[in-house]
Amino acid sequence: MTTGEKYVAAAYLVVFVGVLAWVAIIASKLSRLERDVEELAELARRKAGSG
Amino acid sequence: MPARLRDIQLPVLAWSAAALMATALALVFFYAPIDGDQGLSQKIFYIHVPIALTSYACFGWGAAKAFLHLWKRGPGADLESYAAIHQGVIFGALTLVTGSIWARVSWGVWWTWSSNQLVTFLILFLFYSAYFMLRYSVEPGPARANICAVYALFGVVLIPVSWLSIRLANDFIHPTVFTSNGPQMSGSMFLAFCVAWAGLLTLAGTMYRVELAGKRLDERLRELRELLT
Repeated sequence: MTTGEKYVAAAYLVVFVGVLAWVAIIASKLSRLERDVEELAELARRKAGSG
Repeated sequence: MPARLRDIQLPVLAWSAAALMATALALVFFYAPIDGDQGLSQKIFYIHVPIALTSYACFGWGAAKAFLHLWKRGPGADLESYAAIHQGVIFGALTLVTGSIWARVSWGVWWTWSSNQLVTFLILFLFYSAYFMLRYSVEPGPARANICAVYALFGVVLIPVSWLSIRLANDFIHPTVFTSNGPQMSGSMFLAFCVAWAGLLTLAGTMYRVELAGKRLDERLRELRELLT
């Protein structure tokens, strides 16, 4: 691999990793939202049961 | 045909971004010729410049939404402005990193303070990075939305300054590809560039929509929690 090829690969890889990191962050936020929804559903069920 | 970005289904937008990015990669590496002057390293141009232009577009979109918030008090305009600026900062960071890599292989340095284009872009990036510090240092509410909108509008002035800086200051280090005579490249290179830019704009649009959906869902859940407790 020549020096030019290495730098070109690095530039494209940085963008790929950047987008991948964003996907990972969004995935963790999504799982947090899922937990929140579950918690609220449980709260609503308990309220409905006591009411 | 959907009239607005929000009318396009999110999966359609995501698949369009993936298809355009794949086409762009094929065009860049198998169709566009290798530059006679810079050699293979010129291929970084097809990712670096579209990312920078996408970053400008995101900041511009964020400022437009901020203006809408101040003018018409549109519901959700503040959140839309925030999401667009967030995407702009992500693409801005990628612009700086890919630019540094290109500078290293072309000029032998990672960064040079003598290039006006680089410095003005860094100022623009830092200005919008500070937007988040401002946003999270003020209590949520109308006052925060107004302050953030005014800040976002001030920043948009830096976009034409950054874009025009190399033309106004005769910067010989940073190359000027787009002149008043049109793009200084062959037709095949320009096609690869346009497809790459379309792909990155669609990707930014997808990321913007996903982030906005997440933020809106978060807000609704908070309201629901307040109602239930």
